[in-house]
Amino acid sequence: MTFWEMLGTVLLIALKSFVLLAALLVFIAYALLADRKIWAAVQLRRGPNVVGPWGLFQSFADLLKFVLKEPVIPAGANKAIFLLAPLVFAMLALASWAVIPLADGWAIADINVGITYIFAISSLGVYGVIMGGWASNSKYAFLGALRSAAQMISYEVSLGFVIICVLLCAGSLNLSRIVMAQDTALGIFGWYWLWLFPMFAVFFVSALAETNRPPFDLPEAESELVAGYMVEYSSTPYLLFMLGEYVAIMTMCALGTVLFLGGWLSPIPFVPFTWVPGVIWFALKASFLFFMIAMVKAMVPRYRYDQLMRLGWKVFLPLSLISVVVVAFVLKLTGLAPGA
Amino acid sequence: MTAAAAFFYLFASFAVASGFMVIAARNPVTSVLFLILAFVNAAGLFVLMGAEFLAMILVVVYVGAVAVLFLFVVMMLDVDFAALRQGFQRYLPIGSLIGAIFLIELLLVVGTWTIDPGLVQAPLGHAAHGESVTNTQALGRVLYTDYVYFFQIAGLILLVAMIGAIVLTLRDRTGVKRQNIAVQNARTQAMAVDTLKVPSRQGVEV
Repeated sequence: MTFWEMLGTVLLIALKSFVLLAALLVFIAYALLADRKIWAAVQLRRGPNVVGPWGLFQSFADLLKFVLKEPVIPAGANKAIFLLAPLVFAMLALASWAVIPLADGWAIADINVGITYIFAISSLGVYGVIMGGWASNSKYAFLGALRSAAQMISYEVSLGFVIICVLLCAGSLNLSRIVMAQDTALGIFGWYWLWLFPMFAVFFVSALAETNRPPFDLPEAESELVAGYMVEYSSTPYLLFMLGEYVAIMTMCALGTVLFLGGWLSPIPFVPFTWVPGVIWFALKASFLFFMIAMVKAMVPRYRYDQLMRLGWKVFLPLSLISVVVVAFVLKLTGLAPGA
Repeated sequence: MTAAAAFFYLFASFAVASGFMVIAARNPVTSVLFLILAFVNAAGLFVLMGAEFLAMILVVVYVGAVAVLFLFVVMMLDVDFAALRQGFQRYLPIGSLIGAIFLIELLLVVGTWTIDPGLVQAPLGHAAHGESVTNTQALGRVLYTDYVYFFQIAGLILLVAMIGAIVLTLRDRTGVKRQNIAVQNARTQAMAVDTLKVPSRQGVEV
């Protein structure tokens, strides 16, 4: 490969990443608005409706507001780590999107260990939280960081076992191949949400806990810890934390789509529906999962801390561990195991 | 210079530099953060060698779990920086002895490698049954098929270690109120609420 070919490849990857990033951020701006609108609708309010028609430009107004405000750094804070934390959090959240296949062949990096990569990157997200909480040099922030670290590590374990169940069925760590393994004549009923339904439920709840969403938002419980690890943050650093959180939620939605809802596949596997571009199906499915997550936020009260730990370690961990064994046995005995 | 070489020098220099900063940083929290950076760069080196599965597992296990616990403990400690500086000369001989042992071992490994490359490569050739296997499959085959008994024994040893750690730290406290969610959910209105007719000016015994 000559130098110019290499440069061309690098530029192409950069261009793809930029397009994906821009699309993702706009999508998240509207996901945020949708989140607030859904929440408002459940509580019989109107939600943001002032900026633009139906409040459509609310997220952009918020962006401007955050960027233009003065960033305040507490005197006792460890300045470098304090500013590094939100950057780490937002960057890592965005980094997962490099391997997610939005349609057939539409992944920036279609690597063989895609799912392990996402798992690794999402397990790093906890550093942004711990660093932010510690560097703030404040009691509330530190308590929030400790809670968050414990919570994210606990739910990661069961999330890992859920992923192993899917891997056993699909026979590959490559996200595109996991989607293709769900491509059967049954359409929507051939996807793993039906065959592994208990695991889909465990995945959904663990995703809520992993992204610190209600009812598991103990790290930022505003009634006791004010805003947890974010309490000392303002302006752009706060915006980065907020953005990272929503990107992480969208990543979980996308991951749920790939693992359980058949990625870019059409739910009805014959002609007029298979003409619809895969990326549209993908966005619809991810939006559906996001809607569920938003509804949970509106409807369910916050868990108590010991109940959260009990659910993670005493309910989800044994359940997912048992189902790994059960799924492996069933696949082996029925001869359905891929590559068998 | 190819892209792979450029990335190798990038990751390697970052790994060495952050490894140095682990021992040079004044604040232990900064040390742990540099240790994490070193781990991530080592994962990058694994990717360059084509061992992408090992790289991801390194990040999941060491960075995602072990280093979080390190960071946890170090942050909870109230570290006295002046006390940390003391005793440097007292620990210098033993520290340099350990350092020297590591250096010699490293030299031996690299030396063997340069003198007879076939010696180091020999066990690796075993895994390659076919050309098309990914390294995840190759690793799985070695661990779960070729060496399954050793793998199981290692698992049992870890299980014993885990149970041992739990037994050592378990305190049986009496008088603790525990929530039993099954019992709570099984409660009905009849079990929880008594409706009484209260006679005027007399009250009732409950």
